[in-house]
Amino acid sequence: MANGVYEMMRGLWQTFRSAWTKPVTIQYPEVKRQVSKRYRGRHALKRYANGLEKCIGCSLCAAACPADAIFVEASEQTDENRYSPGERYASTYEINYLRCIFCGLCEDACPTEAIVLEDNYELSFETRESAIYTKDMLLDAVSAPNQPTPRKVKPGSFNRSVPEMKDPVD
Amino acid sequence: MANEITLTIDGKQVTVPAGTLIVDAARELGIDIPVFCYHPKMEPVGMCRMCLVEVGRPMVDRATNQPVMEADGTPKLQFGPKMETACTTPVSAGMVVIGMSDKVKAARNDVLEFLLTSHPLDCPICDKGGECPLQNLTMGFGKGSSRFEFEDKQHNQKHVPLGELIYLDRERCIQCGRCVRFQKDLADDPVIGFYQRGRNLVIDTSSEPGFDSIFSGNTTDICPVGALTTADFRFGARPWELKSAASLCNHCAVGCNLTYNTRREAKSDGNVVIKRAMPRQNEAVNEIWLCDKGRFGYHFAESHQRLEKPLIRKDGELVESTWDEALDMAAKELRAYGFRFVSLASGRLSNEDLYEIKQLTENLHGQACLYSPMAGGDLTPLIGYADPQGLSRVGKGTVIVVAASNLHQEAPIWWMQVRAAVKRGAKLIVVNARSTRLDKFASAVVRYRFGREAEAVLSLVPAAETSGESGKIIAAAENLVVLYGSDGIGLEGSRQVAAASAELLRASNLLGKPGSGLLPVWQRANDQGAWDTGFTPVDDLAKVVSEADGVLIAGADPAGDHPAYAAALKKAKFIIVQEQFLTKTAQLADIVFPVQSMLERDGSYTNGTRRVQRFMPVVEKLPGTRPDYLVTAQVRQKVVHSNLEFISAAQVFMVLAAHLPDYQNLTYATLMETVPQHPILGRSDVYYGGTSFENRQGLGVQLGTAANRRDKYSLPAAPSTQNQLPDLEHAEELMAVPVAELLDTGTITQKSVLLGKRTSTPFALMHPKTAQQKGLAAGDKAKISLAGVTYQAVVRVDESVPTLHVLLPRSLGIPLDKPVLVKVIQ
Ligand code: SF4
Ligand code: SF4
Ligand code: SF4
Ligand code: SF4
Ligand code: FES
Repeated sequence: MANGVYEMMRGLWQTFRSAWTKPVTIQYPEVKRQVSKRYRGRHALKRYANGLEKCIGCSLCAAACPADAIFVEASEQTDENRYSPGERYASTYEINYLRCIFCGLCEDACPTEAIVLEDNYELSFETRESAIYTKDMLLDAVSAPNQPTPRKVKPGSFNRSVPEMKDPVD
Repeated sequence: MANEITLTIDGKQVTVPAGTLIVDAARELGIDIPVFCYHPKMEPVGMCRMCLVEVGRPMVDRATNQPVMEADGTPKLQFGPKMETACTTPVSAGMVVIGMSDKVKAARNDVLEFLLTSHPLDCPICDKGGECPLQNLTMGFGKGSSRFEFEDKQHNQKHVPLGELIYLDRERCIQCGRCVRFQKDLADDPVIGFYQRGRNLVIDTSSEPGFDSIFSGNTTDICPVGALTTADFRFGARPWELKSAASLCNHCAVGCNLTYNTRREAKSDGNVVIKRAMPRQNEAVNEIWLCDKGRFGYHFAESHQRLEKPLIRKDGELVESTWDEALDMAAKELRAYGFRFVSLASGRLSNEDLYEIKQLTENLHGQACLYSPMAGGDLTPLIGYADPQGLSRVGKGTVIVVAASNLHQEAPIWWMQVRAAVKRGAKLIVVNARSTRLDKFASAVVRYRFGREAEAVLSLVPAAETSGESGKIIAAAENLVVLYGSDGIGLEGSRQVAAASAELLRASNLLGKPGSGLLPVWQRANDQGAWDTGFTPVDDLAKVVSEADGVLIAGADPAGDHPAYAAALKKAKFIIVQEQFLTKTAQLADIVFPVQSMLERDGSYTNGTRRVQRFMPVVEKLPGTRPDYLVTAQVRQKVVHSNLEFISAAQVFMVLAAHLPDYQNLTYATLMETVPQHPILGRSDVYYGGTSFENRQGLGVQLGTAANRRDKYSLPAAPSTQNQLPDLEHAEELMAVPVAELLDTGTITQKSVLLGKRTSTPFALMHPKTAQQKGLAAGDKAKISLAGVTYQAVVRVDESVPTLHVLLPRSLGIPLDKPVLVKVIQ
């Protein structure tokens, strides 16, 4: 009996104490939570500083993906119509967010660090189609003063499709 | 056996024929000795040093000539100070090969590092990536990282089109020379070669147009890296994303086995499309090769001009209709007109289609005509060349006669095999009115004037007075293969040549040996199947058609090929056409049924050697279309109220097999059987790392012949040796004869955009004197008037062409199905 009273008092004390602490709830969507540096949210296709797309359409991300969420189709490009360095670029790039499990294996597989899981976690869809993000939805905007892709470049200036990369830190 | 040798490789014993190379002996044991420059289909050169192994041989005492023994009684082995290349060293008795020691591994590591000194970091965008021997062997034996800075590497041109079909990436080339050797030794088109030396060594093409060879695609298969790629597949997909389906090439009588790789593609509106064609190993048919027509000529199914709805003629116009309406109308009309019914089909159709059409024709007491200018399909079941090994092993002792055929253009893979047979010691006799590319390999060449083909073939009979040198060669033959084609002859000429060839074989007394027989070079993939199911070509097709009440045409476009047939078809009362496209013939029809291409359905073909082979559905069927056999079966059901027993190709084949004695016991399952083939080439292979070559979907079944079974049979009488064509001496006109051109504009080929760039232009090939007489020179545009219509053709000259003749290509716009007189003017 005495034991029961004790337990009840302990619970009430907890309630009482919590009422005075700062709440963890935030006023989403007015307030947004800062995510961790290594958070894995919606992907983005990155660009080089010169504005060219990093993705070369190699499909290695699609091969690595355990959920078969990525679909890549490549095409040939020329210096007249350049998207990315090298001869090949991704003419179609799609991620199906109904399939993606945000594991980040695509990021690991990418030889150019083109696909990166970023901090956007706001994904909701009303139809299945709208869960498929196409290349133009995933690709970062091109920053001034760079020209958008495809663009005309000096012949022979972007022959190397896979850049030299440092081992990742962090 | 005396000439078998036993040796030990990595502790395992193996017995192989003498002369076998160490690499191949190791393959028999399932041990991979890595190679780059070696290819089992070509002579070894020992250029890359990837295959180094340690080789020990039993020591022999020089004084006594006795093997030296160890203390324990085993032979003492002597290892050389250096490693040896397994690809050039033949096995010897008692040899011990060590392929996995640290020394060997270190050597492999070094060779790989050396090869990679200037190799680009291209794997992610390289078409070979994922099926690349260099990648695989680097993973297996190479270093994990490179000691070379990218900037220090030798950088070569990355985008070099060698002609329209093949692209070269000079940076990726490891200079193994396989492509150069293939073109020189097997294709006899030495149009690519090495240029410069040392680190600057590159592959270059010396021909105009670039890489001018009808076998060029094969180099992309055998290239052990991604240096040679096809324009067709370039960046099309990664190999692991592809699905594959076994199929057959439907462009000529060889019946090459191939695999189509497909992928669902956003570019193609989400449809499953063929991305590339790869050879499928069948040593009895195409070994591991394809010609460029077969490799690149599959685009017909994707064409946007396909028919998707049945068309029926209403008030003089073809209008779209439904299947039910069109079938009902067909049945009604056929019942009304059935008393004079003609079906016209070609070897583009499968055995199943042809069998159904034949059944309908029999039900209507009609005539089943084969749309082909070649005869002799009735002889092949009796005395056909039916070696279960095909032409790929023919060698010493065999005499091959190639009569009236420009084999290089008519059946490219057979041409390559005949050439290889000559290299192995077979003797070749070429009988042709003009020079062809086989002449330089021939032991004897017999020339004739067009019209005297049969006489020329009969002159080879050893007993004939005229036989001479070639008669002696044939008299000494252990086996005799006679190929005849359609170079410069029509149906009548072909009948003569076939009969003469049969006579030559009979006179040789070699019939009944599996390695001897008759091999017609049919123009279409399944002409033999059409003969076997009961179709025969007719001499005056125009007359037969114009007199018919009801005509069913399938897999042929006579109206498009020849205005005379178009005129004849206009006279026919009622025409049903089964077609994929709205051809000229279809435009004349009363009912057009849209059918599926071979890529959308399954079926079987019987190739020139009478090997029955199966093909599978590759892509999704075009909505609204049906396979030919089903269309005919449904018409038949309505006409004769037969049960619609057949709903699948397999079922039709079962009935066909039950009714055609030669096809007895065949089922789709037996056609799909495989046995291990040599040389061993497959997916997990050191010769080739890709999906290519592997054949798990069937080798087909070779049909036997009456001669080989020792059945009784009778051959036609030897043909007369008379000239079949009128004397030309005083004629003002020239005799035009039809010849084959591989890259033509037939209904199916013309749909390939890529090949379109390589299709020939209409030409008129003449003796220079004849051209001169007509005031023409090579390169001029000649006007050729034929039955009142004038056609243009570019003049080509060749000394070997008989004077007063002009050779015109088939299926390039000039309607010519047999030799005729034409006027040629400037
Ligand atoms: S995060 Fe994982 S599941 Fe999502 S696309 Fe990348 S690899 Fe696929
Ligand atoms: S994102 Fe990276 S891995 Fe994926 S296709 Fe592009 S380059 Fe290749
Ligand atoms: S040839 Fe092979 S190793 Fe070289 S880039 Fe291509 S896939 Fe990589
Ligand atoms: S292109 Fe290919 S096959 Fe030819 S030499 Fe170079 S690596 Fe060998
Ligand atoms: S040297 Fe033997 S495979 Fe190249």
